[in-house]
Amino acid sequence: MLTLSCTINDRPHELTIDPRSSLLDLLRNQGLTSVKQGCGVGECGACTVLVDDTAVNACLYLAAWVHGKRIRTVEGEVRDGCLSPVQQAYVDAGAVQCGFCTPGLIMTTTAFVQSCREQGRDPEDITPEDIRRAHAGNLCRCTGYETIVQAVRQALEQPDPSKMDTESTAP
Amino acid sequence: MYAFESYHRPQSLTDAVALLAANPFARPMAGGTDILVRLREGHKDYADIVDIHGLPELEGMSADRGELRIGSGTTFAALMTSSLATRLAPMLIEAAGWVAGPQIRNTATIGGNICNGSACADSAAPLLVLNAHLDLIGPEGQRLIPLRGFHLGPGRVERRPGEILRSVRIKSEQDQGLGTAYVKYSMRQAMDIATIGCGAGVRLRDDQSNGIVDELRLAFTVAAPTPVRCPTAEAAARGLPLSQAVKAVAEALDQDVSPRTSWRAAGDFRMHIIRTLAERMIRTAAKRFASSAANHQEARTC
Repeated sequence: MLTLSCTINDRPHELTIDPRSSLLDLLRNQGLTSVKQGCGVGECGACTVLVDDTAVNACLYLAAWVHGKRIRTVEGEVRDGCLSPVQQAYVDAGAVQCGFCTPGLIMTTTAFVQSCREQGRDPEDITPEDIRRAHAGNLCRCTGYETIVQAVRQALEQPDPSKMDTESTAP
Repeated sequence: MYAFESYHRPQSLTDAVALLAANPFARPMAGGTDILVRLREGHKDYADIVDIHGLPELEGMSADRGELRIGSGTTFAALMTSSLATRLAPMLIEAAGWVAGPQIRNTATIGGNICNGSACADSAAPLLVLNAHLDLIGPEGQRLIPLRGFHLGPGRVERRPGEILRSVRIKSEQDQGLGTAYVKYSMRQAMDIATIGCGAGVRLRDDQSNGIVDELRLAFTVAAPTPVRCPTAEAAARGLPLSQAVKAVAEALDQDVSPRTSWRAAGDFRMHIIRTLAERMIRTAAKRFASSAANHQEARTC
């Protein structure tokens, strides 16, 4: 057995795990059932979570690797009972049908929107092709992807919450 | 749960080499995006794991006198966002974008892509064209060897017992005087295995797009049991004007490759793709060589 410490959705955890477990096993054992096992071999993206803000397939990631790291799943994206801007965009665009792929897609979009902002990319310059390429690791059998692309577009066009905070606290 | 029987996570490269040397059946694992899939299938070859994921000595990129050094633990995503790698080895970056999808590129490493010995490794064609070298460290010490010849057969590479690939070394494309191009032919534009991958490096004798081919380097993935360079086609092109060179290459190519028939594609279809991509990539690489040579000329006269 192996002990590790990590943060899951902003809460610190000390865990004892079997070194053979995947990050998917670890998170589902913590009750975070938004993390879905679809293919189990890194092709469908239903298990996508963020490790230090980077999207990874939890099914192809050793639990042991998250020691000292920060994990985000869709459960942690709701703040004070409000959906995150990305989650809200998926609702508004009608990008959720059966819902199995949705948690993974939300996390991929969350990482994508964050990295576009960090790189200072103008949402106007981001093409539907860019959005599709950035979400190529997530399969959806229901929507045909068009509404998902629209949801990502809406999420990109929303004001950056981190910038809003700095503006409101500025003198 | 992954089906491994023993698991060690060394804290240093020295410890990792010692652990591997102590158990001839142990395998190093970095990104795990291939090995964990095999473990899930219960593959016995991967029962003993030495986990080198995130070892600091295998991370990072640097450049020294025009030579790019890429730590073997560098992920494809890190490569793609590196301005250093983009400047010195644009061909490798072009190929990195073809690897699987974003989540896999965030975890999979260049070292794993080479060391698992796959004939369809997306990084292999550009690294062969760029005459990359591998820096390996093992119980007997360090050695620097060319990538060409490292692949022995499907899943087999010339990595000695206890050895770990520490870094990949590439002389900058500019210093090698090459225009380069890479393309992957696959059914899907992402999350797919190559049907054929093709990389070309071209240097022309004068700066015209119709110049004489001074040097051609051509490499394929999935065209043989290992990634291959094409010595016969390369020799056939030398000294010819570009349009004649592409014809000579098309005729010589079947001596360099041996594409197989699988459910993905028939052998003769693969051969057709090989010839088609060779011509396209040679022309693209020649165009890039001419335009970068023109830019240089401009910079000098300004």
